[in-house]
Amino acid sequence: MMSRRNLGVALALAMGAAPAKADTIEVTIEKLVFSPAKIEAKVGDTIRWVNKDVFAHTATVNGAWEVMISPKKAASLTVKKAESVDYFCRFHPNMRGHLTVTSP
Amino acid sequence: MFIRSTTALAAVFLLSAAPLSQAADKPTDPQIAHIAYTAGVLDVEAAKQALKKSKNKEVVDFAKDMVRDHEAVNKQALDLVKKLKVTPEDNPTSKALTKAAAEERAKLAKLKGAAFDKAYVASEVAYHKQVNGALETLLIPSASNAELKSLLETGLKIFQGHEQHAEHVAGMLK
Ligand SMILES: [Cu+2]
Repeated sequence: MMSRRNLGVALALAMGAAPAKADTIEVTIEKLVFSPAKIEAKVGDTIRWVNKDVFAHTATVNGAWEVMISPKKAASLTVKKAESVDYFCRFHPNMRGHLTVTSP
Repeated sequence: MFIRSTTALAAVFLLSAAPLSQAADKPTDPQIAHIAYTAGVLDVEAAKQALKKSKNKEVVDFAKDMVRDHEAVNKQALDLVKKLKVTPEDNPTSKALTKAAAEERAKLAKLKGAAFDKAYVASEVAYHKQVNGALETLLIPSASNAELKSLLETGLKIFQGHEQHAEHVAGMLK
């Protein structure tokens, strides 16, 4: 008789590769720079911006979404669809980043 | 309306930049700290005038951003001069900046509504442009303390960001 765990493994194998687990991708903001500037994520992953500045920043995609990142705080966004977008800080539009989200 | 004072400001920076060839005339760190701090204070004062006068949401939000950012930079500047035991020293550039800003505020005080909003935002674009120029060509190259230089470089990125932000707001007011 198959143990419950083995049954689970068998099921996962039967369904093909287990779905990739969601990751958290960290972007540091320091001295008005997003780093890394370019990030890649899968649908379901979380982007976490860690703001080391004493200034408030945003991660903004015009007409789509905006994340407010308070001074010395972090803020997150879980990406829900595949897209490749430039984002910027609305307060300091010279701060720019790029996000590529792929389907898992 | 803001153009005349911008020209005056440009002349001020030109005058202070001119003696650059003689190393002895470069602003000292205490003077640089004073100029940078003054530039921030003046922009906060301009923003406070806008907060009193404007009813346009974009303009009010922009002015709030200016107060928040420049107060944050200046707090860092004060912490740094304290740490370095530097006493900011008043100088002709700071005095000229202060005078030009007072004239600008007096002009803006006479305007109302959309005319004020447009003039304030245009004046912010011009002001940040001028300060960026001074930071890039005079203040950053002249700073001898590495921490002061680094703070000025962050200040430059903040000012450049504000210039673009102001240009964006100006575009929306058209
Ligand atoms: Cu920012």
